[in-house]
Amino acid sequence: MKKHSTGARLSSSDDTLGAALRRQGVSRRSFLKFCAATASMMALPPTMVPAIAKALESAKRPSVIWLSFQECTGCTESLTRAHTATVESLIFDSISLDYHHTLQAAAGHGAEAAREEAMKENFGKYLLVVDGSIPVADPGYSTIAGISNLDMLMDTAKGAAAIIPVGTCAAYGGIPHADPNPTGAVSVADLIKDKPIINVPGCPPIPVVITGVLTHFLTFGTLPELDDLGRPRAFYGQSIHDRCYRRPFYDKGQFAETFDDEGAKKGWCLYKLGCKGPTSYNACATTKWNDGTSFPIEAGHPCLGCSEPEFWDGGGFYKALSIPTTEVARDALYAGAAAVAAGSALGMMNRARSKQAKSEHEKVSVDDLQKED
Amino acid sequence: MTELEFLSWVRGPGFQIATVIFVFGIIVRLLEIFLLGRKANLAEANGSEMSGGMRAIFSRMAPESDTMKRSMFTIVAGYIFHIGLFIVIFLFAPHILFFSDVIGFSWGALPTPVVDMTSVITMITLAAVLLHRIKDPVMKYLTKTQDYLVWLVTFLPLLTGYLAFHRVGLPAPSLLALHILSVELLMVLFPFTKLMHAFTFVLSRWYNGAISGYKGVRS
Repeated sequence: MKKHSTGARLSSSDDTLGAALRRQGVSRRSFLKFCAATASMMALPPTMVPAIAKALESAKRPSVIWLSFQECTGCTESLTRAHTATVESLIFDSISLDYHHTLQAAAGHGAEAAREEAMKENFGKYLLVVDGSIPVADPGYSTIAGISNLDMLMDTAKGAAAIIPVGTCAAYGGIPHADPNPTGAVSVADLIKDKPIINVPGCPPIPVVITGVLTHFLTFGTLPELDDLGRPRAFYGQSIHDRCYRRPFYDKGQFAETFDDEGAKKGWCLYKLGCKGPTSYNACATTKWNDGTSFPIEAGHPCLGCSEPEFWDGGGFYKALSIPTTEVARDALYAGAAAVAAGSALGMMNRARSKQAKSEHEKVSVDDLQKED
Repeated sequence: MTELEFLSWVRGPGFQIATVIFVFGIIVRLLEIFLLGRKANLAEANGSEMSGGMRAIFSRMAPESDTMKRSMFTIVAGYIFHIGLFIVIFLFAPHILFFSDVIGFSWGALPTPVVDMTSVITMITLAAVLLHRIKDPVMKYLTKTQDYLVWLVTFLPLLTGYLAFHRVGLPAPSLLALHILSVELLMVLFPFTKLMHAFTFVLSRWYNGAISGYKGVRS
């Protein structure tokens, strides 16, 4: 497993990435292929490929501290469980992962010592990866080595060059943040305002997205271009709907009505089954999952919109986007009943008024008019 | 408020508020008209008010030839955008999903490209109608601020819907939310403006038809 290799790397953080990759048996050819793929994925011109290769070759393996708060470890699973030792996973292996609960060999005080050492040695240079939300209602909901998540994040963030919240929980609060949010869960960006933050949301995020963000950081030493939700545009620039292979069915108005009808069997659009593809921005439809095998819509399930804030409270996974989230029919019925009562009352008042006007009306005779003259 | 929170609001509480005002307003205004009552009439008529009134509701869907000659543009453009609105509102698949959720049954949709084209034609026609209103001196003289407001709240759902479908300018959740919000604005203003003609045209046409259908003196 990867535990021991990560542990061994703790002592050799002076290595360059190129050296680490060669030691792992990655050929120059497949390394360049990875660089080319990364460049195209991030919409960089092909002329950038040698620059990426050169920068990656000579890059010092950056120290990465990975903090896990209110999370399910799904993000770590996603990022580490590649089927084969792909170049992406080797790149991921080849960062100096100095602290990560699930993957590190050290435990207890040793683990915390590793974090503190990495923070001291690489102050101002290390990358901080966070998965999971941070409880602020009561710090007791989640602690590590007796330190509250909030304290550990604020302390570790001080020396970070950049922070990468991985997964929707760290990026936007995610499932712990869902109504009624008993732990008072918040995202990293809710707490930290003075550091560059690159959100990599998803439940879990696509593995290649995090390696892409790391590659960008290693190559250019800058953050990739971000959208208004702090996500790298290269991966979150287009919606699932825009890149969905079932899009032609939406345009033609051919929809699956249930999960087992003729439309579902023919692979028609899943909009009516509640697909959130039209409002979700992620790379699933192009990058796909499990070594490019498929993505949820390809497997016949509507998109849940897991890379968006509040996706858990979006009004139901199986409710189509054009349907109101509340019981409008009931509201209309109550409003109708109230209106009948109010309208009748108003009508009666109007009648009474006209009746009164009629009874108060004094008839004027010709004599009366003449008298006034 | 993030854009998804905005979308959640317009799909949830926002739509509730709009629905309550829409339904309440329409029913109260219609009841007020119905409960005005009519003077008791003791004379016996030769014709029937009811059949004359009902006939007028439908017969006046077709324009009179004289009127047609005098204001062809108003009539033709009026037909185009009313039919266009009907197609866009009631025959677009996501809209039908909404109606079936609220009223419990659904009907067939037109292919999306047809609805798309219809919405463009409808918007162009509405723009032409507005231009006519501004350019024509008589129309301009008759126009009040409310007429522009009513035009705007009719036009906005079409425009935002078109933008949301083609995803132009803003992220998709914001576009969808703006579209729903524009519909809510229409629903809130509907009962208290000339938009009520969608219901009251039936009453006024019936009344006109009833007068000619009565055939006789009144007591």
